[in-house]
Amino acid sequence: MISEKEVKHIAKLARIGLKEKEVKKFQKELSSILDYIEKLKEVDVSKVEPMFHPRATKNVFRKDEAKNKGEKISALLEAMAEVKENYLKVKKII
Amino acid sequence: MELSNLTITKARELILKKEISVFELTKAYLEKIKKEDKKIFAFLTLNEKGALERAREIDEMIFEKREIPVLAGIPCAIKDNILVEGMRCTAGSKILENYFAPYDATVVKKIKEAGAIILGKTNLDEFAMGSSTENSAFFKTKNPLDLERVPGGSSGGSAAAVAADFCLFALGSDTGGSIRQPASFCEIVGLKPTYGTVSRYGLIAFASSLDQIGPLTKTVKDCQIVFEVIKGEDEMDSTSLRFESKNQSFEIKDLKIGVPKEYFVEGMEKEVEEAIKKAIEKYEKMGATILEISLPHTEYALPCYYIIAPSEASANLARYDGLRYGLKKGERSKSENLLEQYFKTRGEKFGPEVRRRIMLGTYALSAGYYEAYYLRAEKVRALIKKDFDEAFKKVDLIFTPTSPTLPFKFGEKIEDPLKMYLSDIFTISVNLAGLPALSFPVGKIGKLPVGLQIIGPAFSEQKIFQTAQVYES
Repeated sequence: MISEKEVKHIAKLARIGLKEKEVKKFQKELSSILDYIEKLKEVDVSKVEPMFHPRATKNVFRKDEAKNKGEKISALLEAMAEVKENYLKVKKII
Repeated sequence: MELSNLTITKARELILKKEISVFELTKAYLEKIKKEDKKIFAFLTLNEKGALERAREIDEMIFEKREIPVLAGIPCAIKDNILVEGMRCTAGSKILENYFAPYDATVVKKIKEAGAIILGKTNLDEFAMGSSTENSAFFKTKNPLDLERVPGGSSGGSAAAVAADFCLFALGSDTGGSIRQPASFCEIVGLKPTYGTVSRYGLIAFASSLDQIGPLTKTVKDCQIVFEVIKGEDEMDSTSLRFESKNQSFEIKDLKIGVPKEYFVEGMEKEVEEAIKKAIEKYEKMGATILEISLPHTEYALPCYYIIAPSEASANLARYDGLRYGLKKGERSKSENLLEQYFKTRGEKFGPEVRRRIMLGTYALSAGYYEAYYLRAEKVRALIKKDFDEAFKKVDLIFTPTSPTLPFKFGEKIEDPLKMYLSDIFTISVNLAGLPALSFPVGKIGKLPVGLQIIGPAFSEQKIFQTAQVYES
């Protein structure tokens, strides 16, 4: 069982605000999922290389050239909450 | 116009023979949707004006006898986590409620070039996380075969739209079974292609090492037609690759079919098991060799997936800050500072399942747990893949049920996340291993359908299509 404190800590790391009664709910649900996941400890993985991806991963390179200027940029800005001189405006952080 | 017997192949014939115009066909579908989707709730957004305009253009193209592309005039629907330029794209979430796609996903660009008519965007579990479409932030989609039951998920809107004759095909995405399970529940055909054969550019990412876009159709032939259009390497998705089609001809009598013993265990509904066994017998009668095989790590696939998928999701969904994707100033939570704003926006706009998975992934990746959870899961994943590699040394294809149960009722599993997760127990390994798999209907218990899943080695789509088609004919 993970603790209420841990739930609050994870929520903070994930930038998810929780109400007090939700903390208990998530504590219960996350604990039961994590208990189920414990099953993985039965497997001997001592000699196994991890498989992070279905394809053998290699770097794929292309030229660093800007495409879709203008029109696409204005569509991206259009979706933003608040824009000032083509920059996203956010609340002060310092 | 009678739409229930229409397929892509038949509609194309009618269009080419000029027995119907694309405009008439499109209008017939739109009218049916407007009349009947009040009961099904498959669509989140309709593209009436755009569809009719495009239909006129395609009619003109046919009139002028220009070269007529393969999906010319074929009405379709797109899962609402795939971008269609200028249309709203919500991913079933409040956090993207007012987000309008600034560009076309590569698959959308391809089907548009092939002449398809996009009728609208279909409902899904929020960010494709779910197996019943009950996790949509907007409404629940009903199963057209039984309105008291779920259509499956997460591509439940796409599957219901095809099954209800609201379109001739739909696109969905599959991270752990999200095309195949709803296809099975709605008595249609659904393909999860080999990882990398279809570009993910313009698909709202859930778990990038598992996600693949694929078709949902009424027949296997139609499935193949759509797959041929959407596949291909794309410079906008560096994990995409050229499709190395292994198109050797074969006969059913030369086919070796593996049936994994781990898939026929407790927890599966008896009726489903019987229907699947009957279908397998049919292949045996056609001369195929049926072999019992073992995929020893099957029982670890689900716990493995519920580390890997949420871990990748927690990173992919970090971008939804409430600032960049369509939430206007007034709709955001009022807060003192940026951090508080993140907490409030993400706490209020993400639904419970999405928050649960983001937190689970954050936990698995956090300091002190990475090795015990994430790294261990990626090692178990390698063993699951190895099981398949070993099996495919002995057999050509693997047959399993798509889902352990028949379509279930609303509310039956939604309160217990683990119970819901078990819906995907037969489909998840395929995503972990990056393999292709198809679900197609092989029987019915009352009015509820049973789907058979055919799993093949990487790039064996042609063989899977041919094998499934034999059953249909």
